[in-house]
Amino acid sequence: MRLEGKIAVITGGGSGMGKAMAQIFSAEGAKLVLADISGKQDEVAAAINEAASASGANEVRAVAVHANVSDEADVQAMIKAAEDNFGRLDILCNNAGFGGPMAALADQSLEDWNRVHDTNIKGAFLGMKYGIQSMLKTGGGAIVNTTSASGVVGWKHHSIYGAAKAGVNQLTKTGALDYSDQNIRINAIAPGTMWTGLVEASQTHAEPPDDFPMLAGIPLGRWGLAKDIAYAALYLASDEAAYVTGVILPVDGGYSIGFSGMGAERPGIVSVNEGET
Amino acid sequence: MAARLEGKHAVITGAGSGMGRAMAELFAAEGARVLCADISGQQDDVARSLGNGGVPFQVDVSVSADVQRMIAAAEEAFGRIDILVNNAGIAQMPVPMHEHPEELFDQIIAVNLKSVFLGMKYGIASMLKTGGGAVVNTASAAGLTAWKGTTSYSAAKAGVIQLSKVAAVDYAEHNIRVNAICPGYVWTSILPGMGDTRVPPEGTPNPPGAPMERWALAEEIAAAALFLASDEASFVTGTAFPVDGGYVAV
Repeated sequence: MRLEGKIAVITGGGSGMGKAMAQIFSAEGAKLVLADISGKQDEVAAAINEAASASGANEVRAVAVHANVSDEADVQAMIKAAEDNFGRLDILCNNAGFGGPMAALADQSLEDWNRVHDTNIKGAFLGMKYGIQSMLKTGGGAIVNTTSASGVVGWKHHSIYGAAKAGVNQLTKTGALDYSDQNIRINAIAPGTMWTGLVEASQTHAEPPDDFPMLAGIPLGRWGLAKDIAYAALYLASDEAAYVTGVILPVDGGYSIGFSGMGAERPGIVSVNEGET
Repeated sequence: MAARLEGKHAVITGAGSGMGRAMAELFAAEGARVLCADISGQQDDVARSLGNGGVPFQVDVSVSADVQRMIAAAEEAFGRIDILVNNAGIAQMPVPMHEHPEELFDQIIAVNLKSVFLGMKYGIASMLKTGGGAVVNTASAAGLTAWKGTTSYSAAKAGVIQLSKVAAVDYAEHNIRVNAICPGYVWTSILPGMGDTRVPPEGTPNPPGAPMERWALAEEIAAAALFLASDEASFVTGTAFPVDGGYVAV
């Protein structure tokens, strides 16, 4: 198995991409601390432990913790949960995030700036700060941050969110350089248009219904699914990616390649309201 | 766990040594059948060693007729091509641009860039007949940042990245994904004096400027190619993916 014996913390582990990471990491042998603010991390962890127990495992494979990733004490407790329950931290996925309202820049509020930046960038900073401190005690590890294509290219009406995610990209690169000689790799995944909480219909449909309108400008012509991101996270978190650090990997169906030329539709973003990404 | 390339059929150029050989070995271990293409003759031993029906093929990737025969040979052997890795390439010793020989420029562009065009032109034509596939091109960190003295090599590799992106948007609707890997310093025999040992011999100086302060092993590039070629990366296309120990993050 690709993560045999590894200990991972996943934020936003209660739903969407974080839940998919939890399921795939667990199937590949990792033990998990699932952190979320929603409460849904409890059932994800319970399902993993039930499945493990049904297949004869006599140990806890997943621990759920309540965490607001912008709260320093919560983040410290989340990292400590990995050390207390499993003895160490090998993998940290700073995945929790949300989009905030879509609006032109001058119509955005300072309140939303603070909320979006607290979760998306301060959360990633705190996770890395305390996750790295833990990894340094045991000889290294791998961090995977969930950023966004909107932090790489411009997305109309996503000024606050895009700025936060661009910041996460730079935290990723700088962190990678700071710890490249201490066996800690830091990378980010940049999802594009995801079929997760951001799109309301995804709450009731695991995959997009056939008649659901497709977004313009996605070369691969479909929504991103949580498992698409989770498999990229698996690769980056595993020892297979031992020479990969400081990378922002787009998993976006080709979105961030750019405008696809004459006759192609310009990328556009479906009008949605706030939700998790 | 199921093998990650079970039932897939792959063509890998430059498979006689270095990164291409590591890819051939890893892909075969993950269940793929591999046509091992190279100009060197070393592809014969590699194909024989795979133990999974590896097929050797001698090719000059800069010659259109050779590339067409290579694709036809894969179709003949496997019935279809699911994965194409345009990996063959050559390096140049650093030299200032005004002293860069024109013949060297033409040669590097032919082997490192035109080859990728030819591989995709005929490989994609084949994939279109069978419903799609995945292309992985070996570019370089030198295609993303400037490496001193590498006029033709860097220009060719930057071209490979842009070919990959254009092909990605051209064929996304036909279920063909195209990505490029951008290795940093990899321990292969691409330059004289590096030898063909799998790991750098004791005492080998570390490469300059790589934050991880070590050489990559060919296997580490192969692992990235495996991810991009597999269905796990089914939503990944048009990326230029650095596997460089942090080199381009600086």
